Amino acid sequence: MSTVVTPGLFSLVDVSVSKKTPYLMAGFAVFVLVAFGFVGKTDTVAFQWSKEDDLIHLPDFIVASNVVGLVLGTALVAIALLSFVLAQRKRVTPLWLTLIFGLLAVVALLAWLAAGNTLPFAFIFGNAVVLAVPLALGAMGGIMSERVGVVNIAIEGQLLTGAFLAAVVGSLTDNLYFGLIVAMIGAALLSMVLAVFSIQYLVDQIIVGVVLNVLVLGITNFLYAQWLSSDGQNSNFPGTFPIIPIPGLSAIPIIGPALFEARITTYLAYLIIPTLWFILFKTRLGLRARAVGEHPLAADTVGINVARTRFWWVTIGGLVAGLGGAALTIGAVGAFGRNMSGGQGFIALAVVILGRWHPFSAAAAALLFGFSIVLRIWANQVSPGIPTDFITIVPYVVTLIAVVGFVGRVRAPAATGKPYIKG
Amino acid sequence: MSDVNATPTAGRGAAVLREIMSGGSTRAILSVVAGFVIGAIFMVFSSEEFLAAAQYFTSRPTDALGAAWTAIAEGYSALFRGSIYNYKADSIVAAIRPMTETLRFAGPLIASGLGIALAFRVGLFNIGASGQLLFGALWATWISTRVSLPWGIHLVVAVLVAILGAAAYGAVVGFLKARTGAHEVIVTIMLNYIAAGILTFFFRTPELLREVDGGGTPKSDAPAVTAQLPLLLGSEFTLHAGFILAIVGVGVYWWLMERSTIGFRFRMVGHNADAARTAGINVERTFVFAMAVSGAFVGLAAANQALGVQAGLTPDLDGSIGFDAITVALLGSSTAPGVLLAGLLFGAFKAGAPQMQVIGLSPEITGVVQGFIVLFIAAPPLVRAIFRLPPPQKTTVIADWWHKLTTKGDAQ
Repeated sequence: MSTVVTPGLFSLVDVSVSKKTPYLMAGFAVFVLVAFGFVGKTDTVAFQWSKEDDLIHLPDFIVASNVVGLVLGTALVAIALLSFVLAQRKRVTPLWLTLIFGLLAVVALLAWLAAGNTLPFAFIFGNAVVLAVPLALGAMGGIMSERVGVVNIAIEGQLLTGAFLAAVVGSLTDNLYFGLIVAMIGAALLSMVLAVFSIQYLVDQIIVGVVLNVLVLGITNFLYAQWLSSDGQNSNFPGTFPIIPIPGLSAIPIIGPALFEARITTYLAYLIIPTLWFILFKTRLGLRARAVGEHPLAADTVGINVARTRFWWVTIGGLVAGLGGAALTIGAVGAFGRNMSGGQGFIALAVVILGRWHPFSAAAAALLFGFSIVLRIWANQVSPGIPTDFITIVPYVVTLIAVVGFVGRVRAPAATGKPYIKG
Repeated sequence: MSDVNATPTAGRGAAVLREIMSGGSTRAILSVVAGFVIGAIFMVFSSEEFLAAAQYFTSRPTDALGAAWTAIAEGYSALFRGSIYNYKADSIVAAIRPMTETLRFAGPLIASGLGIALAFRVGLFNIGASGQLLFGALWATWISTRVSLPWGIHLVVAVLVAILGAAAYGAVVGFLKARTGAHEVIVTIMLNYIAAGILTFFFRTPELLREVDGGGTPKSDAPAVTAQLPLLLGSEFTLHAGFILAIVGVGVYWWLMERSTIGFRFRMVGHNADAARTAGINVERTFVFAMAVSGAFVGLAAANQALGVQAGLTPDLDGSIGFDAITVALLGSSTAPGVLLAGLLFGAFKAGAPQMQVIGLSPEITGVVQGFIVLFIAAPPLVRAIFRLPPPQKTTVIADWWHKLTTKGDAQ
């Protein structure tokens, strides 16, 4: 691996296999082992795998909290050791191993928090999925635009546009599907503005993104205050898509109800994520897009129209982000609220980076953020004493650590953030 | 163009005129005008009378046009009454109070706008004003509620701590960028959330900053009287010394950027980091230092928010200042006078809200105007197309570099 410093938005010094990941893992593993295991709580915790009405009802699994800490802590230490061995052999710790590590650490934390209580696993997982869908879709929009070299800070504005249009158009026409389509088109139009300004007029991409966010926030705030809040019955009462359980799959214990008793927005996300992965990495279209994002001059030389590729990828990314916005309103709670996206577009941006510009990893990262939101709510209920504010900031700290390069390798498409001027 | 290679001295009159026409200030003014026009359109279409009259527009267009005019006139005169001079007020105090309110709201916007502007001119995009503000306010609140000091010293210490806290938080961004190459936009966004979490934790925990007889909601005590920014115009007005801090900040910023060696170094790195490196400037160290100074200006806003109140603080004490500051810096084209004026304009928008509420117009309309103003600012080609301005003058690379070094409105 070469040591190349790219001055793009998310650029990083590309280190040849460093031992930062194993060291960090070892630190976490020892912490879990000691804090949740050796000096952990001895109260029992009941893992509640299924809800009452699930088809296949698993009995609760009752175990002492510190036993969970000891077992999982040992497993974490083992993974950290494995990571050391891999680094010795000049191999990077694979992503799935990091993910398993994170998952086990989270379960250990949960078991510690829930000492003396039940741990409603199905509830936590199900809600995490619902919360992760807008983030994941926003992140897919972000990936599509950054893979072709356009930084998309405007995800926030696209989510907000989608959320607003879906609720309002869905209410006015009494047709949620129509609202969904208008939401997607609206966000795509916003994306087009970003595309035109940054590709055609070479305006700084970050500035355009921030400005679009300010603009959408201003407009939706005004329309909400002036119109929706007084005429909510007509214009902001869309209801939500029905929950459709998928026969068979929804009966799978634990993950079935969480993943396959969902709304159409969630299923669309299941469809879009692998499709995007397939197009990006398995088709000529995706290869061209990635070429444009990595080395526009080379792409231009072999006859790819850089400006047109960027324009359409950014625009269609807006469609996807708009769907994510719709998932916030008609895919979850129904009515639109003031500043409904509330910074989720920025979280989606973090998801893009944490997921290393890869659809599947980004979906996993979105789930992590979804978990952290649910955890905060749930932890507040079971043990009000614990500092939930720290649970809130964990994903941000993890993203920060990822960005500054302590966990593995995070490298953005090389040309991200840089305009291409055909010479 | 034929005069592409002309030296800066040749044809100076025409060049100066063209510079003004296509330069920062004209564009800023035209953007503001365009923003107000679009705001007017929004007002018209949210007016019940206009929508009613528009039903029969073809048979009697004067009704609709009249209603449209009324909507615009009422809206903007309410903004004027709320932010500059209330000519409908009973007393002179009530009449000029709006102006002092504008100054009060403008203070933190100007201060944090200066911070963002400084980062812009070093080529950095500091989205982290909100995090820096919260972090500065956190320690200022610690001083103002948990430490007792004599009158005078208490306030000075609290303000300094706000500045230092925000500067330190900004320096972290610069350090991470210089050390690891992580982009400051992502780092600042993450640090914003982290600062909000830390502040909420402090405000929630009784041993730290939670108010003495507080309940479960995160809230701090009111700052001690000795640490409050004093009122400037007596108890009739709420304007406090936070505005003075902002004005001092404007002066310091101007001197720093236009007259000092450090400012020259900042601008050099901003124009061309590679050239600056070749010239012997430590670019990485400049990034750290610039982010610290940027944070220090935001710290003035932090002092304003933490010490300019008589009541306890809540974790949302930053309001929308973090992002408003970006719009202020953009509209003010990162110059000291520009940021001052832009801060006053957006401060007036905030101050005008109650009066607009009175006439039934949602004060959020100013958010629309603000959004469109910065959209036009960010898209010079768009404004040039609307107002048919001449394209910016093309020069050779060296002339361009020289020109940028010798003029002030250069950052964005």
